[in-house]
Amino acid sequence: MELIVNNLSKRFGEKLILDHLSFSMKSGDFMALVGSSGSGKSTILRLIAGLDQPSSGSITVDGTPVSGPGPDRGMVFQKYSLYPWLNAAENVAFGMRLQRMKAAEIKERTAYFLEVVGLSDAATKLPRELSGGMQQRVAIARALATNPSILLLDEPFGALDLQIRESMQDFLLKLWQRTGLTVLLITHDVEEALVLAQRVHVLAPNPGRIIRSLDVDLDKTDLDQLRLSSDFLSMRRSLSATMRELEPALS
Amino acid sequence: MTATAAAASKGRSNGLLSLFTLGAMPSKAVRGGLQVASLLVPLLLWTAIASLGLVDEKFLPSPQAVFRSLASMAESGILFQDIVASTGRVFGGFLLATLLAVPIGICMGVYPAICAICEPLIAMLRYMPAAAFIPLLIIYLGIGEEPKIALIFLGTIYFNILMVMDAVKFVPKELIETTLTLGGRSRQVLVQVVARYSLPSIIDTLRINIATSWNLVVVAELVAAEVGLGKRIQLAQRFFRTDQIFAELIVLGLIGFAIDMGFRLLLRLSCKWAV
Repeated sequence: MELIVNNLSKRFGEKLILDHLSFSMKSGDFMALVGSSGSGKSTILRLIAGLDQPSSGSITVDGTPVSGPGPDRGMVFQKYSLYPWLNAAENVAFGMRLQRMKAAEIKERTAYFLEVVGLSDAATKLPRELSGGMQQRVAIARALATNPSILLLDEPFGALDLQIRESMQDFLLKLWQRTGLTVLLITHDVEEALVLAQRVHVLAPNPGRIIRSLDVDLDKTDLDQLRLSSDFLSMRRSLSATMRELEPALS
Repeated sequence: MTATAAAASKGRSNGLLSLFTLGAMPSKAVRGGLQVASLLVPLLLWTAIASLGLVDEKFLPSPQAVFRSLASMAESGILFQDIVASTGRVFGGFLLATLLAVPIGICMGVYPAICAICEPLIAMLRYMPAAAFIPLLIIYLGIGEEPKIALIFLGTIYFNILMVMDAVKFVPKELIETTLTLGGRSRQVLVQVVARYSLPSIIDTLRINIATSWNLVVVAELVAAEVGLGKRIQLAQRFFRTDQIFAELIVLGLIGFAIDMGFRLLLRLSCKWAV
């Protein structure tokens, strides 16, 4: 799989939201886009998902231009991510049902992906009976179950408490290491981006554009140690400084 | 100590006044007692006034007289006939209004273009009192069952549409978009997500609006009917049978109450996730 975003611009009316954005991803990449509010980071994800149309430029997946939403690009939102009337297993199965997979296959894949996100025991629980972190894991399992070639995550842990957020980051990193997913993560949290992604792009606001890109070559076997290591901390400081300079009110 | 617990303990020390402390929740027994009193107190008052002869019994019949009249109507089969006729009209008209209103309301809630083309018209039509259509309906449809069902239909469809539309607007955008990214087509989104998510509010809308049809069926029967609870009331008036009028009114109230409970039960059974 190859995702190519080329000279992508987006206007809403007169206002320029994204200004000539370009980047590309290959199978197995984990990329993060970091930006504050107004940087158009959610818009990028929506354009790739096909939920909005670009004003100019192109997005292609394996050479085919994106023309609308489809199950080859799975998406997880920050909130309202689950169908409240379906239990965890039915939520995971929902996308496969929409695509009319065979019942036996749906059952097997549902069990498998619940297992992958560590929620086999919660299969029959309704979303309201699950914690915020568990709900997001179900949403990720549901997106994976339709076999997407890329997973688009729109601040998936943004609404969670700090501690749960860190354990979800561990979970997502392990999931990526184990399954070889392709992940594009949107976040405003520099630390989250550095912990998870191999490559981080920093977005400047008004209009949204990439102003800095960085490869993260760190040892990620132990995340608790990573978060305290000097290499990590200096990268984090440097990125935070870049972000701060972009805030007109603070500089 | 939580806020509710604090309010409750504070309430206990204040006795009766505690029932009016904001956020206070009386015990289940107290609430049950109050609910029983809600019906029992007026009944006792009525019995007292009637047995003391404070009001001429031609105007206010005693509960016993009303009950006797109810029993005799039930025995003769009139009551059953009236109930079947009236509820049949209500369900006929309301069912038609619902079958049309739910899909229209959902489409208006989801597609701004459909909303734009329908809403001004509906907003105006719903302010035309349904009862004002009766003469026209009689001219068009005669004096059989059709104009009565049509009246109930006209009196409820616009409110059903607008309330379903409002319910649909509360479906989170994220849920619709998630479905699209899972490969859902428009029809799947509308039926399996939008309609399903709004179902509790739609059932509640129907529960509230069927009360209007219950009003209108009586109006329709006053104009032209052979049988029906409203018709019976009109006949009773001619013979000054206030006991019969009271009996019919109580039956109307009880059936309405039963319909309301029916919708509540339906909501609980079909939408466990929302109650």
